[in-house]
Amino acid sequence: MMILGTLSQGPRHGYAIAKHIHDWSKGGLDIEDGSLYPALNRMLTKGWVRAEWGLTENKRKARFYRLTAAGRKQLEAESSAFNKMVRSIQLVMRTS
Amino acid sequence: MLWRNLLRRGRLDREWREEMDAHIQILTDSFVARGLTPRDARAAALKQAGNLVARREEIYSMNGIQWLDSISRDVRYALRGLRNQPSFTLIAVLTLALGIGANTAVFSVVNSVLLKPLPFPHSEQLVDLAQVAPGAGGLVGSRGLGLSTSMYFTYAEQNRSFQSMGVWISQHVTVTGQGEPEQVLANVVSDGLMQAFAVQPEIGRPFTASDQAPGASGTVLLTHGYWQRRFGGDQAVIGRKILVDSVPRQVVGVMPAGFRIADLPADLILPMQLDRRQAILAGFYLNAIARLKPGVSINQANADIGRLLPIWVRSWPDSPGGKVSGGGFVEQLFLKSWRIGPNIRPLRDSVVGNVSSALWVVMGTLAMVMLIACANVANLLLVRVDARRSELAVRAALGAGWLRIVRQLLMESLLLGAAGGALGLAIAYGGLRLLVRNGPSNLPRLSEIGLDSHALAFTAIVSIVSGLLFGLIPALRYAGPRVSLSLRDNSRTMSEGRDRHRARNTLVVLQVSLALVLLICSGLMIRTFQAMRGVRPGFERPDSVQTFRIVVPETLIPNDEQVTRIEQVIAEKVAAIPGVTSVGFASALPMDGVHPNWDGILKEGQSYAQGSRPPMRFYLNVSPGFFGSLGTRLKAGRDVSWTDIYGDRKVVLVSENLARELWGSAAAAVGQRVRANDGDVWREVVGVVEDVRHLGAQEPAPAVVYWPIYCRLTYRPIMVATRAAAFTVRTDRAGTGALLAEIRQAVGSVNAAIAVANPETLRETVDRSMARTSFTLVMLVVAGAMALVLGLIGIYGVIAYAVSQRTREIGIRIALGARAGDIRQMFVRYGLGLCGLGIAIGAGAAAILTRAMSSLLFGVAPLDPFTFAAVPLTLLLAALAATYLPARRVSAVDPVQCMRAE
Repeated sequence: MMILGTLSQGPRHGYAIAKHIHDWSKGGLDIEDGSLYPALNRMLTKGWVRAEWGLTENKRKARFYRLTAAGRKQLEAESSAFNKMVRSIQLVMRTS
Repeated sequence: MLWRNLLRRGRLDREWREEMDAHIQILTDSFVARGLTPRDARAAALKQAGNLVARREEIYSMNGIQWLDSISRDVRYALRGLRNQPSFTLIAVLTLALGIGANTAVFSVVNSVLLKPLPFPHSEQLVDLAQVAPGAGGLVGSRGLGLSTSMYFTYAEQNRSFQSMGVWISQHVTVTGQGEPEQVLANVVSDGLMQAFAVQPEIGRPFTASDQAPGASGTVLLTHGYWQRRFGGDQAVIGRKILVDSVPRQVVGVMPAGFRIADLPADLILPMQLDRRQAILAGFYLNAIARLKPGVSINQANADIGRLLPIWVRSWPDSPGGKVSGGGFVEQLFLKSWRIGPNIRPLRDSVVGNVSSALWVVMGTLAMVMLIACANVANLLLVRVDARRSELAVRAALGAGWLRIVRQLLMESLLLGAAGGALGLAIAYGGLRLLVRNGPSNLPRLSEIGLDSHALAFTAIVSIVSGLLFGLIPALRYAGPRVSLSLRDNSRTMSEGRDRHRARNTLVVLQVSLALVLLICSGLMIRTFQAMRGVRPGFERPDSVQTFRIVVPETLIPNDEQVTRIEQVIAEKVAAIPGVTSVGFASALPMDGVHPNWDGILKEGQSYAQGSRPPMRFYLNVSPGFFGSLGTRLKAGRDVSWTDIYGDRKVVLVSENLARELWGSAAAAVGQRVRANDGDVWREVVGVVEDVRHLGAQEPAPAVVYWPIYCRLTYRPIMVATRAAAFTVRTDRAGTGALLAEIRQAVGSVNAAIAVANPETLRETVDRSMARTSFTLVMLVVAGAMALVLGLIGIYGVIAYAVSQRTREIGIRIALGARAGDIRQMFVRYGLGLCGLGIAIGAGAAAILTRAMSSLLFGVAPLDPFTFAAVPLTLLLAALAATYLPARRVSAVDPVQCMRAE
């Protein structure tokens, strides 16, 4: 979901996604960069993202990932499910 | 998506590697930007990225399918194994290919002939509207009792079961006005018949009701084949006129390729133009075909016709222009005495006829050959796996599950099966081409035979099932949970236990017994064939009798006496051809299957009770010299002469069996008088001829009354010629093209509009009547030969293997003083023991199974003692040779070398 969220702001390459998540969570989520790729492969297989080779601002070759329509729908579904879950947890925490 | 990924997995993997490299690069860049040295930066980048190779593997397997991977590994491994032993692979594949090929070929035949629906829309609704009449004797042909014209009108107009029905007959007609006169086969069809088939003409229009009305101007439909042959497929043929039996007929349409009413492909289709004013009760000569209404069963249709029979008998007159008698005598005769009843059956059954029993026998025998082939390959595999026991044991010890090992072994046999299947398909294709070209012409639907998707599916199934069958035996035997035991027992210092031989021995016994069953079946067929050839058919040396037919249509020569004189002139001109000894002609030839004429005969002083009829006799019209040209012996009296014929002397000839039945002996018959019915004139029996097997070599000779070729009708005082005549020409030149050309010239010189048709030697006619037997014979002999060879290879293989495995033991025995002869005998005894057991089992099975083929046998009992003695003996001798050859190698064993080899 975080990857989809990252990509919803525009196409990015793998390193940029990893960096974005890293910065975003303010270092709170410390994952290996490599573990990103199996997740990306799964999304490619499911058709949520599409990949194209391109050049970074530093003229490095990299693959850029772009969200597809299906991916966008998935993101909406997942984030609403996530929000619902967070709300329920908050509700439970407050009443106890 | 999954499959696509699988196929381009290699490329995807490369892309991921590039991408991960790029990731490291960018990460390194960013570390360099933070001030690290490039080396440190790279190390830090690698650290942060984690184990990228593991990730790549994760992705790789995500894109693949686990089991498929290991299977493809198994396949590669099995292929390598098979390649390493080319002779084993070659023998196994060839054995299987022969078995599978033969089975596929015969399955295609069975499928095309027996299983596939006829090539008409909703052909399951089409029925043959046949009738039975158990009391009508010989009047009922093999197809049952035909319909009369009046029956057709009653049934067609009043039935409640059919969407449409019609009647048809086949007849030879002569087409003139297109170069050489040509005799062709025409189907004459009534209204309703083509509608029942529901097939539209390829071009032009179908027959309309007005084409079928009596007196309508002549029309004709062409079949596709005739259109291509005579008109080169010219579209402009519609509307053209052709002369059929000297009557101009307009071509209205062309039927599509593959359309045929009966099994014989006709050239023309003519409208029948039945006239209901002429219709009477009798005249049961029409074949009928109907299309059932949806949901109506055959039983319901039978009941429907059963309801109409009493209505029919009360609605029509007994003779043309006569009164409708309405029951009484005719009802008594047709319904009580003849017991006419409906016998409707699916059209396919009546087209296929009696070949189904022969085909199923052949299919069954070839299935047995397949089993023998499987047993052989299983034996080979057993030997092979046996040699690999230690390898398997090592694999098991290293942790391979036994299922995994079974799978590995099965993969090999499945591959063998698949290769055998592929090669077998090629063999079947070739075999079928051969069969369609040279097959028995009376095999129904021969032209429809070919490999289709069903046959391909059959081959695939046979390949896989046989692969599993012969693969499972060794696999289960050696890959079982006990596999680790064989590591221990792999010492080469002792002869193997009985236990390890048991599987192979069982297979050999099975092979021998199956082979024996097949050989006995083919032996019985050979004996049948001999019996049929040995029967004196009532004529001599059929190889040197040339036959041909002519038809003199009424439209060409109206006068009957003139027709006969023309036929006589033709016979004389043909007799003048060099090399021809004698010529005769008749209304039909022995064994040619032309629908014969039957009626009763009354001898003087004999009368039959009112309403009953004398037994049916075979009627034939013959010319003077007909019996002479056939070589049929005259038993008493004399032949008919031309003076008898033109002088209207009332004379007949009878067959010997009829003479014995009526008067006690051939000599007593001469001078006696007979007539066909109470209204007929008396006719004198002037001669008695030898019995002729008119209905085929395997059928008893019928009682025959031979009428003169031109003679007074039995029910009307008019003289009638035989317009369709079959000529018999006795000459040593029979069957040559030169003779035929001279015959054509002779006939053409008499009348240019008369065509010579169906030239063949009498031998060919006889062979055709035996075609079903010879077809079964050839198939069974081929199957029997294959079974014999495979069985012998099996025995040879087992003995040879036993000898090679026990070389050490033999060496020791020889060293201890045993003579080579004794040891050899030991192996031969071993082989013959197996063989004897197989023969005993096979003979028992054959005794039961041959009863199923009794309908195919003639002149030999299913338990024929000669066959049951000779075949096992021959097999035993062959087996002796097959065991002796490998056993001889015992003498080559040198005990010293054998010990040293340790």
